[in-house]
Amino acid sequence: MWKGGARVREDGDAPVLLSIENVSKRFPGVKALDRVSMTVKAGTVHALMGENGAGKSTLMKCLFGIYAKDEGHIYLEGNEIRFRSAREALDSGVAMVHQELNQALKRSVMDNIWLGRYPRMRNLPFVSERKMLADTASIFGELDIRVNPKTIMSSMPVSQRQMVEIAKAVSFHSKVIVFDEPTSSLTETEVEHLFRIIRALRDRGCGIIYISHKMEEILRISDEVTIMRDGQWVATKPAAELTMNEIIRLMVGREMSNRFPPRDSRALEGAVLEAENLSGRYSHLRGVSFKLKKGEILGVAGLDGSGRTELLENLFGSAARGSGSLTKSGRRIHNRSPREAIANGFAMVTEERRATGIMDILTVRENTTISCLRKCRGIGPFLSSRKIAQKTEWSINAMRIKTPKQTTKLRSLSGGNQQKVIFGRWALTEPEIFLLDEPTRGVDVGAKYEIYQLIIQMAREGKSVVMASSEMPELLGICHRILVMSGGRLAGEVDAGRATQEEIMTLAAKYA
Amino acid sequence: MAAANNGSRTSTRERWTRAGDFLLDHAMIIIILAMVVYIQTQRPAFLKTASIVNIITLTASRLPMALGIAGAIILTGTDLSAGRTVGLTAFISAIFLQKLDVAGRFLQSAALPLPMVLLMVMAVGGLVGAVNGFCVANFKLHPFIVTLATQLIIYGAYLTVSGAKQISSLDARYTTEFVTRTLFRIGTTSVMSYVVFSAIVTAVMWVVWNKTAFGKNMFAVGSNEEAARVSGVNVTMTVICVFMLAGATYGYTGFVEAARLGASTGTLGLNYELDAIAACVIGGVSFIGGIGKISGVILGVFLMQLIINGMTFLGISGNTTYIIKGLVILVACAIDMRKYLSKK
Repeated sequence: MWKGGARVREDGDAPVLLSIENVSKRFPGVKALDRVSMTVKAGTVHALMGENGAGKSTLMKCLFGIYAKDEGHIYLEGNEIRFRSAREALDSGVAMVHQELNQALKRSVMDNIWLGRYPRMRNLPFVSERKMLADTASIFGELDIRVNPKTIMSSMPVSQRQMVEIAKAVSFHSKVIVFDEPTSSLTETEVEHLFRIIRALRDRGCGIIYISHKMEEILRISDEVTIMRDGQWVATKPAAELTMNEIIRLMVGREMSNRFPPRDSRALEGAVLEAENLSGRYSHLRGVSFKLKKGEILGVAGLDGSGRTELLENLFGSAARGSGSLTKSGRRIHNRSPREAIANGFAMVTEERRATGIMDILTVRENTTISCLRKCRGIGPFLSSRKIAQKTEWSINAMRIKTPKQTTKLRSLSGGNQQKVIFGRWALTEPEIFLLDEPTRGVDVGAKYEIYQLIIQMAREGKSVVMASSEMPELLGICHRILVMSGGRLAGEVDAGRATQEEIMTLAAKYA
Repeated sequence: MAAANNGSRTSTRERWTRAGDFLLDHAMIIIILAMVVYIQTQRPAFLKTASIVNIITLTASRLPMALGIAGAIILTGTDLSAGRTVGLTAFISAIFLQKLDVAGRFLQSAALPLPMVLLMVMAVGGLVGAVNGFCVANFKLHPFIVTLATQLIIYGAYLTVSGAKQISSLDARYTTEFVTRTLFRIGTTSVMSYVVFSAIVTAVMWVVWNKTAFGKNMFAVGSNEEAARVSGVNVTMTVICVFMLAGATYGYTGFVEAARLGASTGTLGLNYELDAIAACVIGGVSFIGGIGKISGVILGVFLMQLIINGMTFLGISGNTTYIIKGLVILVACAIDMRKYLSKK
């Protein structure tokens, strides 16, 4: 067993900062972690990968003392640590930048950074705003973060709020910083900035644990990669020796030669939907026109804030339309509310599944049938339990949802299966036009493939799909055409079969 | 986390944790049962037929409005206007169903037929609920604020119209021949017809909650309003209907209460909503929203009544009863929250 201080080197390698040894954690009925080990060296980026449910989050929760580990040891610079709270971890120099940011949104940036340890005015019981401001500015300077420390959090985009979280970690002089899916809501330019910051932290001697699903990023930013599957350690290898397919093979435990199902390459004709000059009343969406063909998968690309989501919300009537017209199969439609849009044959899978998609304390059955209750009537106005069960059964089979029972609560399903339940919910309303906003967000690799298959299958059955995504590879992988948004306007349109990421990026920067 | 522990023995520690979880999850029932056992040993008459029928009768009188409020709680809201609406509708029932020959009859006109009065007070209650629901759904106000305001308005309106006058000498065809008519006897204790009415109301509510699209929508809105909206649920209508339905149950309760107590007074209905909310919470209707069962509400109202009657049996003063009720609500809420906190 490894003991000693940070001075110990393994054959001239960087000193070991954090060492997790044989950690196990058991929940009733499940062994969530089974003797997992991992070593993070100073001045390196260590990627932690695995499908959802592989045990990455559980391992981190054991590190931070959110869960009590059943066995094993964790050493920080040679001393065994056993944190009881996230604050204790921070004080010892171990910080985490969460996937879902927990911040006091109504307060300012600097209030958030110094929350719980506001600097005092000498010995008076008053908070020194001046010191807070100066300290915040100096950390922002070091990290090249251009944010006014007095800005209210809720007025900033997610990317900047995340920067604040990183600055907070730095303000604790953290030696080990964990990034949990940091790029899931960032655009490519913001990712570049994040990577610059991560490299700067690495060069200062920090050990970085980087949790992500995105292979391209992992291969670019990390020095070492540890892969977990089903609560067990699978492999730790230098990033330089790994390829994307190799990582997928280790994560999934089987060969997966393609990330995308075969493309649907039928010739398409006839516009189902014509949008002309769509503008938002409150959003910055301006003058977007396009045509959607029957059976087409139309991608919507663009940076964060470019109007991808706003375009879909405008089409679906969940955001107010300022001007513009919609024509579906030659008939003028309005879609002033989601209810009207649904009646016109639209369906929408929203971006933030947890906030606006699922009812997590209700069951699979209730979540599946909420949009088609009208078709589940038995006698008079009363619902038929049998019809509800049948529809749910159909949806579970058609979407290949993995759930123990129809009455399982949705919150106990994985992200991928929750997403499939939402797909099933809409499929039951038999829509003609599917609006998908980030359909594979927070979904693991295997399930992503299945969702791509579902989308392509729906298009084959003659449904039209408009799919907004921040992941360009998936747009290029399964769409027919891609609309590129920039600054709330339509910057251009590309053929997904021939376009490159660079072409899309150029268009995306047009009005940004 | 798919690695199931096939065949591996559960450790003693885990078994203890599970036993502890079980005890905590059912703590409310266990505490109340312990109280019942204690009261029974002190006052053997507590669990005699007469006493039990009495508890059930009182439960029946409070159950419908608790079911109404439960809907509002499922929407993550509440309804403070319940008690005052009961007071107002009891007054309306009383003035229309006062004996014709009584001196100083409140209204000069003739008495209205019973069913018409019942429908009228339920409509009045429904109207109050519609206003509540409309404000909640359209102005995005918290139900606490809306119903705090409406209950003041209702009380003011009631006092203005009634002049705080007690309305008694009610028509026997309304009271002893209808609402409080003895249907049958268990031993020497009579079972009154409003117990059966309450059972019917409860059955109707069960169907509404479990077998209609409206009921499903109510749970969906309570558990995630935004998800329900994008799924095509008419959130505004659902919210308004939940409050209207609740209002109708208050109207019904006002109708029964005036007959049961034989008069409408200024304090009738006062604080009824607080008992009803407490009963819902004890019965597992969670303030988190989207969670609640009819059976839970029945149990909650019954247990509340059991405690109150038990206190009376023990000769504990009304003042102490308030303290104990308060403690029961705190414990019940704490236990309820515990279920939804992620276990560590």
